[in-house]
Formats: sequence, C-alpha cells, structure tokens
Amino acid sequence: MHNRFSESWRQLLGLAPRKPAPAQQSVEAQTLHRMKQEDGERIEAFKAHRAEIVRSNKWRNRRWVVLIATNLLFVLSFWLDIQILEGSLTASRFLGFHMIDLNAALQVALAHKHIPINLIIGTVTIFLFWALLGGRAFCSWVCPYHLLAEWTEKLHQALAQRKLVTDHTFHRGLRSVLWLLFAVLALVTGYTVFETLSPTGILSRALIYGPGLGLTWVLLLLLFEVAYSRRAWCRYFCPIGLTYGAVGSVTPLQIGYRLDACFHEGDCRKVCLVPHVLDCVIKGRASATHINIGADCTRCGLCVDTCPTGSLRFEVRGLEKML
Amino acid sequence: MAKGSFTSHKPSERRRFIRSGFALAALLLASGSAWLPTAAASARRLRPPGALEEQDYLAACIKCGQCVQVCPVSALKLADLGDGFGIGAPYIDARAQACDFSCDAVQCILACPTGALTYHKPADLPTRQAMQVAAAPVLLAKKQDPEPTLNLKERMGIARLTTPDRCLARLGKGHRGPAREAGFSGQMRFMSVDRWKPIPLNDQPFEVEICDLCVRTCPIEGAIRMVALDAQRWTPEVLEPCLGCGVCEMACPTEPASITILPREGWPHA
Repeated sequence: MHNRFSESWRQLLGLAPRKPAPAQQSVEAQTLHRMKQEDGERIEAFKAHRAEIVRSNKWRNRRWVVLIATNLLFVLSFWLDIQILEGSLTASRFLGFHMIDLNAALQVALAHKHIPINLIIGTVTIFLFWALLGGRAFCSWVCPYHLLAEWTEKLHQALAQRKLVTDHTFHRGLRSVLWLLFAVLALVTGYTVFETLSPTGILSRALIYGPGLGLTWVLLLLLFEVAYSRRAWCRYFCPIGLTYGAVGSVTPLQIGYRLDACFHEGDCRKVCLVPHVLDCVIKGRASATHINIGADCTRCGLCVDTCPTGSLRFEVRGLEKML
Repeated sequence: MAKGSFTSHKPSERRRFIRSGFALAALLLASGSAWLPTAAASARRLRPPGALEEQDYLAACIKCGQCVQVCPVSALKLADLGDGFGIGAPYIDARAQACDFSCDAVQCILACPTGALTYHKPADLPTRQAMQVAAAPVLLAKKQDPEPTLNLKERMGIARLTTPDRCLARLGKGHRGPAREAGFSGQMRFMSVDRWKPIPLNDQPFEVEICDLCVRTCPIEGAIRMVALDAQRWTPEVLEPCLGCGVCEMACPTEPASITILPREGWPHA
C-alpha cells in the first residue's frame, strides 16, 4: 500500500508528491479509476452544466470571521483592558492560561538554552490545541499575515491574468532548509533571529501595540508576492508553517477526499495554497477511495468551497467509525 | 527527472533551483542585517525591572508584550526593527515614562512567560555584582506595610547627574509649577493623592525654594538625597539603593534632564 503518512511528511519537507504505482492502489481505487476512464460521456455532460453551480464561500467566510475575531480579541484585551487574551501571537495568556507559539518557543529555547516551566506549559497547551484542531489550521485560521496575503493574492492573480506579472515558483524544500538554518542561527548566535523576519509576530504586535517600522518588511513581502511569486512567504519560506505542519501530521481534523464522486477537474488545486497535498485528486493518482489530505494542508477550506461534487470535506479522522 | 529528488535536470527546474538559492541568500542576508543595529547598540536601552543581562535577555524574550499590558503607567515600549534582534523586546524610555513601581509587585516580571524578566536569576545566568543591590529595596509607598520591600535584587541601571551645570539645585534655583513642559503626559502615583491610581505628573504642581524634584519623586528609600554645596547651592547625590527606575529623569524640570539613567550600569564598587 501507498504509505500516506510518509508521503505526507515527504511533501511537508518539500519533496515532490509521488505517483502511486497501480500495485500501491487499493482494488476499489483501481476499479474506480478504470470506471472513470470508460465514463467520459457522463463527465463531459457534467462539465457542460457545471457553470451553473454556484461556488460557495462558506468555509472561507467562517475562517475569516474566526481569524479576525481571534486577532481582535488580542487587540481588545489590551485596548479595552478586558484581559481575555493577553499578549500577542508569540505568547499569550487565555484567561490566565499560558499559550506559547511553537515556533517562537523553539527559537527562544534554542537561543536561551533554558526552558522555564511556563514555556513548557504554554507550548504543551498549544501543541495539544493544534494537534486536535489540525496543525497548519493555525496558518489559515489565525495568522494575520495569511489573511493579508490572501487578499493580495487576488491582486496577483488579476495581474497575472492580464499577463502583467508571472508567478515564479521556488523549491518547496527551501522552507525546510530555512527552518533548519534559523534553528541553528538561534542556537549559535543566542538571538531569536527569525523573529526579526516573522511577519506573523510583527503584524500581531503592530495590531496590538501599534504600528512600527517592521510593517515595511511585511509590505515588502506582500509586494514581492504580488509582483513576483504567488503566496511565496507561506508556500516556500515560513518556518512556522513547517512547525505546525509537523503537528498536523498527527491531527484528526483534516480534509478528506472521496474518489467516487470526483470529476478530476482540478479546481481545488487552483485555489489551494499548497496544491501538492491535493496531488491525489489528479486523475488516476488516488491510492484509495478515501484519502486523508496531508500534513501541509492548512485546512483553509477553499477546496471544500470550490469542489463542485462535494468530494473534499472537513472530517475528523475516526469520528465516523466511532459514531 | 528523478521524481521527489531535490535537484532536477529540466531547465525550468534548474532555474527554480537557482532562484530558490537566491531567495535563501536574500532571507539570510535580511535576517543577518539585523545584526548591525544589535551590534552597534546605538540606543542602549533601559530594560524593565528583573531583566536578565542583555544577551540572555534578548535570547529569552519571546516578544509577546505581556509585560506591556500589565504596566499601570505604560512605561514599557516594544522595540522596533531599528533594534535588530531586539525587535519586539520591551524597554523603558525613562524621560517619557519611567517605571515608578506603582504596581508594588513588579507586574511585568510576573507577566513574563519565559523568564526574560525574573525575580530569581537561574544560577548559571548571574547578573554583574554592580547590578545587585546590597539590601532589599524599600518602596516608600509601602513603608507602612508589614512588608515594605520590593521583591527585586538587581537594579536596571543607575541615576547620575549627567549635566550638573544645568541642575537647578546646583544653580541655587527653585521650581514652581508642573515638573515638565506643557503637554507632557507621563504619569506616576502620589501617595498623597491615591495609592492605587497613577495620575499625570503635571497634575501635581511643585513649589520649592531649591529644586529637589528628583529626591521628592524617588520611589525608593535612601536612593537619593540633597547635599549642600554652600549657602545657596545644593546637589542631588545618588546612593547605593538606586534601582535606576528613571523617575528622577522623568521628573527633572530642566530640558534636557540634568539627571539621567545610565541603562544597565551598576553601582561602582570600590
């Protein structure tokens, strides 16, 4: 069998998705692939009227509400002194309980070479939180840079359509290299070097404590993404994504893919921040009839909104069996 | 093309690989350039009470600003990109808003999740001897309490009469009216007004024959006193209990302040 877990990790670290050999596909999946090849007529008929299908924005809207509300809760906790969520995204207290960003904790632990008890408590809390709620869901449901980048991405795509800009891709392994380098830099220099670049930390602090020069760096990143490379920071650079992706490899909350209804049109891959995780939706690639989408998935739900056949859905692994 | 390998031989793939190398170099350069302001340390920052020594402090601080949120006089500011690796780390601009310990318990230390600000330094992260105070500092506001001391063993810096020529007391002059220029918004608590509510410093006018605002406003017992130079002229004298909180610098009516804090400098031991 095609090992989805190791495949998920390979993709997370930046390797290209592997196409499973027929021998690695389940019998049911093979049967479905064969049936679909013989069923071209029905697929064409469906494609003809798919323009009528109204694309939903359900998950995107929910996500934006959660993202804005979370960041607003940080802001208002300080501004109105309601003290519900105090601190910023690198570290905070929710009603007094420590919460510490996993990547920031890693940087501090490596630079400082001491791990105070509160750091452990906050890190474990956040680890469990995102281990339950889907790893990189942090990126798309909480990180303020993700939202800004999502908006400027529309600008990039509009310009790209008019052939004014081209999307230049980078090797996805770059993120792993950067993750490692920033870890080594923190360890060797004793400074939390990555924090000077982290648009997540800079933006979160700017929102809560007021704007600063750091925002020019965020602006530069957004301009770079508009003019040169679509969603470059989140796709190829940000080590925070890799840290949470690792957590996401064990999480029960994920996007599930069902082969039977899928028409393999690829709309999901066009809207996806990390389309390599959807490699299995390409015609003939699925190794099973039901696949859990890999760890690098940010659970943003754009594919769920886009899929005209409902083949991609939010799922809690094991829940169906339990019910 | 070897599927799944890091390198590849298709021309477009090779270009992407080179591009990725450039991006890697650019990001490392960008983060490395933060070294310059860090090393230059153009602005020697006054750190909040209980801070570890600078290198340890910058390593331990997670840049979350929880300390900023608990300070009753908003003395803590977070450093910007100009501070290099110190970005997001809290500091105090004493002239604008000093730490007057109006929280009594040093709230910022209690708020810090990583021990960058701490009551008890880990054994292997000692502070310099000059930074350690001889005895537990007595907070004048708590003088009547059963436990009048601040739970603080190190100073943040030390006050010094950096420009004595300007000092009003040394010129034999007094001071009448608010301590600072109109529009100054710094706050502190006055026990005579309200123990738990800091008020704008300028709401509390002074009227003194010989200016002694630095001594009057100092929150720590025995940290500063007035000494007569001759029949007319006096001078403030900083003493060992000084914690470097910066209230004297904030309250000094001359512009710029005659008495200032030397951040992260200690009491000169013989």
